[in-house]
Amino acid sequence: MAGTATQKAGTEPTRRDFIVVAAGAFGAVGAAAAVWPFIHQMNPSADVLALSSTEVDLSQIAAGQSVTILWRGKPVFVRHRTEAEIELARKDDTAALPDPQKDADRVKKPEWLVMMGVCTHLGCVPLGQKGDFGGWFCPCHGSHYDTSGRIRKGPAPLNLPVPDYAFLNDTRIRIG
Amino acid sequence: MADNNSGFFANPLVKWIEYRLPVFSTLDHMVGSQYPTPKNLSYWWNFGSLAGLCLVIQILTGIVLVMHYTPHTAMAFDSVEHIMRDVNYGWLLRYMHANGASMFFIAVYIHIFRGMYYGSYKAPREILWWLGLIIFLLMMATAFMGYVLPWGQMSFWGATVITNLFSAIPLVGEPIVTWLWGGFAVDNPTLNRFFSLHYLLPFVIVGIVILHVLALHQHGSNNPLGIDTKGPQDRIPFHPYYTIKDAFGVGVFLIFFSFFLFYAPNYLGHPDNYIPANPLVTPEHIVPEWYFLPFYAILRSVPDKLGGVLLMFGAILILFVLPWLDTSKVRSAKFRPIYKQLFWVFLIACIGLTYAGGQPPEGLALVIGRACTIYYFAHFIILLPLVGWFEKPLKLPASISEPVLKA
Ligand code: HEM
Ligand code: FES
Repeated sequence: MAGTATQKAGTEPTRRDFIVVAAGAFGAVGAAAAVWPFIHQMNPSADVLALSSTEVDLSQIAAGQSVTILWRGKPVFVRHRTEAEIELARKDDTAALPDPQKDADRVKKPEWLVMMGVCTHLGCVPLGQKGDFGGWFCPCHGSHYDTSGRIRKGPAPLNLPVPDYAFLNDTRIRIG
Repeated sequence: MADNNSGFFANPLVKWIEYRLPVFSTLDHMVGSQYPTPKNLSYWWNFGSLAGLCLVIQILTGIVLVMHYTPHTAMAFDSVEHIMRDVNYGWLLRYMHANGASMFFIAVYIHIFRGMYYGSYKAPREILWWLGLIIFLLMMATAFMGYVLPWGQMSFWGATVITNLFSAIPLVGEPIVTWLWGGFAVDNPTLNRFFSLHYLLPFVIVGIVILHVLALHQHGSNNPLGIDTKGPQDRIPFHPYYTIKDAFGVGVFLIFFSFFLFYAPNYLGHPDNYIPANPLVTPEHIVPEWYFLPFYAILRSVPDKLGGVLLMFGAILILFVLPWLDTSKVRSAKFRPIYKQLFWVFLIACIGLTYAGGQPPEGLALVIGRACTIYYFAHFIILLPLVGWFEKPLKLPASISEPVLKA
């Protein structure tokens, strides 16, 4: 409690010094508490947070085709992979991956790849079946993803994330 | 003091007000006959007042645009089209605002490079320089958020990419981005808050501009020779000499502005922003507005996410320490034979960055972008400190009027 205005050189802190510091500290904590609502109001509101989920009918998607679903304002890719794509993805499990992950850990059924269509660099939507690895290519700053949606080349640091989803039956999934 | 000032004015009404509220003398000291100014200012000194003019134009056109604009994802795009097609003179007001932003950046960029050439950032004008940089940062934030408001494809994807820059911050990056968005993607909450801030920030800029001018008046304007004024023979009053010179500059500037406004109103914009925002499709080639291109080029020339973001922000932050990186005591490049050349090389590097930022990040453009990025930082970190030590400056004149009187 050194250095308050009323304290003279060499004297003990007085009761008044204590009251000044305590009042100041109390005021500061109160002001900080009052600021929080102003900051927190910018976080997602209750209706945005309310768990939203989307169902996708897989029966219409032939092998080699993909659909893009809008979920929570973001695109989700649902791709019916071909045998060749699955094989390539598995073979690359051992390649030099910036964000190492096995293909088997990214799918529930090998022929269905479900993942966010949001580039992990700065959020653009990558283009399908483009790029150096036969998967996705993000034109914004040149990130290449493979047939498992793993980042292989470019500025993006992470694989395309896999959202929570469940198979309701053989031809229906629920995302979220 | 109050008595003196009210005696200074002839008009009885002005006298009466001045005696009670000293507005006229304050103005006269700010930009009038009582503000002594170096007598050798060139046309490069016009761009401060031109930037101020742009700020006024943006605020006036902005306030009337808000009377017709709707900040909601379902209606924003249509309301801007409504402004363009239905509102009386809406097309003119919107084009004034959109092109006005570009004019504002042109004026401010010239103003900044002027400061660099003539060493205006050096003691005792460091805080003046900082306040200018803060205005520049606020302008960029304002222009970025304004560009989101029409809710076209470029609005949406520009907002997505720029807000995602913050996701590069370790640990807290993702929560910060969610906080900025107010959701899990750029959406209506984002548009609403950007609208609120886009309205607010220009007035914050007005406040900083007042401080900027206050700091300017503490030591007065720098000048093309970069030496201090030595006495009354070096100075002339701001009014009428520079008010008239500034007014002439305004005329020329408005002709330039009008050329874009009436003959090429979309030349500086991007056609994709006339397509409504679509969160499922990113445009083939996204580019920011021209005034952000150098920084965008720096971002893309680094193949690492965090590194690119740090370097991009660093490119602006480094300007804050420029007064200490430049070790030369001589202000004006006129008397600095080596720095004078480096200045032009630096300017070319900045133009190279602008070019690279507008191209897809591959091939030659990527190489140019990387080379210019390296040069940009080398200029500040390596060249400026060294040149200050090794360069032998030319002999400075004893005063501003000396060379004139001798001739
Ligand atoms: C520092 C000053 C300002 C700058 C640099 C600036 C910049 C911009 C830019 C670049 C746009 C996008 C233009 C387009 O492509 O359509 C915009 C839009 C807009 N701004 Fe500003 N602005 C400024 C001040 C203001 C102020 C003070 C207001 C309100 C009082 C305002 C209201 C608006 C509105 C309603 C729009 C959407 C309509 C439109 O897109 O034309 N602006 N602004
Ligand atoms: S957003 Fe995909 S590479 Fe930058």
